[in-house]
Amino acid sequence: MSLLKFLSQFEEEILDEEAKETLLNRRDAFGKMTKASKMLAISALPLGFISALSTPARAQSTDEIIDVLNFALTLEHLENEYYIMGIEQSGLIPEGRETDIFNQVQKHEQQHVDFLIDTIDSLGGEPIEKPTFDFTVDGAFDPFNNYGQFLALSQAFEDTGVRAYKGQAPAVQGNAQILTAALQIHSVEARHAAEIRRLRGLKGWITRDNRGEGMPEETQAAYDGENVETQLGIFVPDVTDVNNSAITEAWDEPLTMEEVNNIAGLFITS
Amino acid sequence: MDNDKLTKSMNGEVSRKRFLKFAGISAATVASFGIISCDDNLTDVATESNNSNNGTSTSEHDDESINLGSGDVGILNYAYALEQLEAAFYIAVLGSQYSGMSHNERQILADVCNHEVAHRDWFEAAISSVAPDDIIPALTPNFDSVDFSSRESVLATAQALEDTGVSAYNGAGQLIENPDYLLQAGKIVSVEGRHASAIRSMIAESNTAFAGDDIIDDNGLEMTRTPSEVLEIAQDFIVEQLNGSNLPQPE
Repeated sequence: MSLLKFLSQFEEEILDEEAKETLLNRRDAFGKMTKASKMLAISALPLGFISALSTPARAQSTDEIIDVLNFALTLEHLENEYYIMGIEQSGLIPEGRETDIFNQVQKHEQQHVDFLIDTIDSLGGEPIEKPTFDFTVDGAFDPFNNYGQFLALSQAFEDTGVRAYKGQAPAVQGNAQILTAALQIHSVEARHAAEIRRLRGLKGWITRDNRGEGMPEETQAAYDGENVETQLGIFVPDVTDVNNSAITEAWDEPLTMEEVNNIAGLFITS
Repeated sequence: MDNDKLTKSMNGEVSRKRFLKFAGISAATVASFGIISCDDNLTDVATESNNSNNGTSTSEHDDESINLGSGDVGILNYAYALEQLEAAFYIAVLGSQYSGMSHNERQILADVCNHEVAHRDWFEAAISSVAPDDIIPALTPNFDSVDFSSRESVLATAQALEDTGVSAYNGAGQLIENPDYLLQAGKIVSVEGRHASAIRSMIAESNTAFAGDDIIDDNGLEMTRTPSEVLEIAQDFIVEQLNGSNLPQPE
């Protein structure tokens, strides 16, 4: 889909009052359920599906969606600037395959930055300015002179990016085009993450909540909460012969906006 | 692994007869490999052989169309069908072991296999718990187009399945009503994306194939596919006719 088509579809959508009303009514329907009827409904559901009732389906204001897009834009700025600085540092990234990989990754991050800015503009929002970054975190890291550290932070940023987009998917569910675009970015970040992990000699997927060999302890927050064996109330080892470690690899877990901001905040000075 | 579990895992995938057929190997050789799940260490071959008559009737659906259903349950069935296909494929890959499969490649494929089997089994349990009357049956894979002895054929098929899987989940997100299901799809699709990246990297057609320009557009957005586009691709690998006409339609 071209950007123009994307934007025009979106304009139509936000102008479609009828659709909006439907969404609001649906939310009201949840709100108006009496406590008793909720209890009744809940008792008919298996454990774990209960949480579905606590979240209103599809109803976000344009402002809420813009906030999510600006949150994503912050992360994309971070990744993009990081890779640009790495690529520009002569002698850091080995020529050949690894340079090709990082050029490709950086290209996508720049495209994501541009796409998000355009999209926020089209919604009448104000795209955030690029923050000022300190990728050394006050001298704790030296990623542009130490390739091992450059790779390690790349991995942490990509794995965090995957979890960040995932966490926001339900928050943009009210707009099909925005949701789809977010998912389309999300899977690109997952591809990046797997490639960089494999460059570092790790598996492309996250086992339990292991940050992986050679990863600085400071990056653990990007992996906390990944060790999950229960999905939608189903304890997966009960329903499969697959071993528990592989089960935790088979599902990536979301991070909340706050958790992501805490991780990204380490690298943002203003 | 105990007897019951082994039987269950076999019936969950494909009949033994078909398994042997699509894996292109004889009963004698499968007995010596003993690969019926992804498990590298499965050694209980004798037990498995004794159960060889299980699942011989899975062709009963050959001539029937299977309706995926409507609404969120339809989308769950749609995903379940794709996960069944992926799981069956990797089980066959590990069972036949293309020539020249390195230890590292085997490890990657075994991991991917485990993930797909876990997804498949989870979908089966999840759909059974919310819509026990609407869950689709176990499907019969058709891998006639795959040469399981050839690395090139196996990895090309793996790439096609993984890329298709990612585009399917990306396209289906907007069709899901329940936000918890949407999040579940998100948790799974990124792992499929990791698989796709690793498989493409194994094929190494180019240094940038892991996230290639063939699947990612100029906005840095990965391809999406509608259910009907995906089902057209998947149908080539599935014996039963899948009917997705009642699935929610994209806007």
